[in-house]
Amino acid sequence: MGLKIPKAKKLLEKQLFWPIAALSVLLLFNFFFIKNFFALEIIDGHLFGSLIDILNRAAPLTFMSIGMTLVIATGGIDISVGSVLAISGAIVSLMIGGDMVFVNGQQQYVTHYPMAVALLVAVVVSVVCGIWNGLLVAKLGIQAMVATLILLVAGRGIAQLITDGNVITVYYKPFFYIGSGFLLGLPFSIFLVAGFLVMIMWLVKKTAFGLFVESIGSNLLASRFTGLKVQKMVWACYAISGLCAGIAGIIVASEVKSADSNSAGMFIELDAILSVVLGGNSMAGGRFSVIGSVIGSLVVQTLTTTIYAIGVPSQITMVVKALVVVAIYLIQSQAAKSKTKTAQVAQVTETMKAKGAQA
Amino acid sequence: MKNLKINSNYIPLMITICLFGALFTAGSLAYRGFFSLQVILNLLVDNAFLIIVALGETMIIIMGGIDLSVGALIALSTMVVAYALADLHLPPAVAIVAVLVMSSAFGFLQGWLITYRKFQPFIATLCGMFVARGLSFIISQDTIPIQDPFFIKMATTRIRLMDGAAVSTSVVIALVVLVCYIYLAHYTKFGRTIYAIGGNEQSARLMGLPVDRTKILAYTMSGFTSGVGGIVFCFYMLSAFGLHAVALEMDAIAGAVIGGTLMTGGVGMVVGTVFGVLIEGIMQTIITFQGTLNSWWTRIAVAFLLLAFIVVQRVLVLRREGKKKIRPVEFI
Repeated sequence: MGLKIPKAKKLLEKQLFWPIAALSVLLLFNFFFIKNFFALEIIDGHLFGSLIDILNRAAPLTFMSIGMTLVIATGGIDISVGSVLAISGAIVSLMIGGDMVFVNGQQQYVTHYPMAVALLVAVVVSVVCGIWNGLLVAKLGIQAMVATLILLVAGRGIAQLITDGNVITVYYKPFFYIGSGFLLGLPFSIFLVAGFLVMIMWLVKKTAFGLFVESIGSNLLASRFTGLKVQKMVWACYAISGLCAGIAGIIVASEVKSADSNSAGMFIELDAILSVVLGGNSMAGGRFSVIGSVIGSLVVQTLTTTIYAIGVPSQITMVVKALVVVAIYLIQSQAAKSKTKTAQVAQVTETMKAKGAQA
Repeated sequence: MKNLKINSNYIPLMITICLFGALFTAGSLAYRGFFSLQVILNLLVDNAFLIIVALGETMIIIMGGIDLSVGALIALSTMVVAYALADLHLPPAVAIVAVLVMSSAFGFLQGWLITYRKFQPFIATLCGMFVARGLSFIISQDTIPIQDPFFIKMATTRIRLMDGAAVSTSVVIALVVLVCYIYLAHYTKFGRTIYAIGGNEQSARLMGLPVDRTKILAYTMSGFTSGVGGIVFCFYMLSAFGLHAVALEMDAIAGAVIGGTLMTGGVGMVVGTVFGVLIEGIMQTIITFQGTLNSWWTRIAVAFLLLAFIVVQRVLVLRREGKKKIRPVEFI
């Protein structure tokens, strides 16, 4: 008895517990209330099913939540990602071009610029957007929310200027592979996310980068006094966030085969922030878990898919999303009261006492 | 020393007003028909709801918080008005009171979550935004026209000033709200407490100020002004739709920032916000007069102004804080 309780408590204090719990509850709900939710079938050698669909559709959001996690871990926020997504989508669509060319009744796939160039330019521009945010936040010391507000306001305008206010439809088939192609029977975007996640995890866990970011988020002043290159670190986080948004933009554009600067990535920044929060990360910065955010983004997407599957009007998604977030937040704050900093200090002193007793 | 400090507090406001004057002069020189009282009044007419909402938002920002739900709450308010009038056949007065009560309750709830449940304002009002937009879609997914005689009368009535220039009733409402807010912000204990919380919540609490009560009240008031904004929006559009006023919160925040309010809290003036919103409006007007420019340039121009103002504020703050060693929240 005396052993069990601390174990359960320890489990509750694990950061990943709550996001996984939320995801499990959702999946359990789906298991009981939606027929064939877990059914997977193979059609044309491709795996199909709700679960695969969720993973596939969550790809852009997952990308953004990964970048957002790093930014939030430094104690900042990046609300411009939706606009960066729109810019990236606009660039890639414009550069690949919306021409439908027929030769002898056969559709030819033509691009204005080679696809690789288009992708590269879109990614580079997105990173530049991130660097711009980083410049304002890290170099000029402007509050993150305000600094990224600038690009949020301007970004959609810029995207509109790029596409001249039109919706650009892309007819270049190889481009569609990114968002709706299959590799080894699984949607290609899943591999993109997985690959990127591995890279970021390596960066966070195997290099000092993760530790530095955490330290900056926990105590900026102390980090600087220990000699961390605070500006560069924060700058890098915003650049990564821009990169993520850019890749997400390419995936979205490839998925819907067009660029609509007006609606692409609308409110996705909010979803990304929700994912990070649902992942058990503190908005105040400090300790963070990229995996948590990825699970958070899956929770958001599962929620959306579930609501569609139940047949509730899609607009209600927003209400449910909000209520779920409030509920999780309330439970978390209740359960994690022992996780507050003072409690942590108490914990440390306790363990020290225990160690002292042992000695 | 004290004199200097007050001066630098006023500088952003001065810059804002000068900029407004400069933009108006530039527009008048460049385009025929720009230099008229009606152009200025139209700025008020077209932005009345934004001014009202931005005032509530300004108080929240001065307090060091943020309210992202205002745009969605406007949409919900228009929906509730339309629903009450068309489906429930309530008299307009009842509908208006219902909207104000609903939006105040909405703001109160957010304030409660933020104050007593320790939600971050960003998250709480973000959820509020989702809920409000979702609720308005639950009421109806289509645009509902508002055909109530009272609303039509309010929408079409023009109050004539000299020179044949006229303003709508919305402008009068906006001005009344403005006067209330100036009084609240600068002449009441409530206003001073707001500034104190924005300056340093911990200190405000230690000083024995009613921090919790003030915070909840401020969010409730922001909800209330969103309700008023929603009603004025009804007068302006004579329709209700769940996608009305999308991203209006960003315009409101931009207006406050251009008007000299610091996002970190503690500094700002409600009058500045009015000019901030008017600057956004006059950019729109100039681009309309110009004729050939894509209307998306407005967004870019507003963003550029935001940038300029934020950098100016930054420089001012840095200069003021220059003597102090290092502030923990800043990178420089």
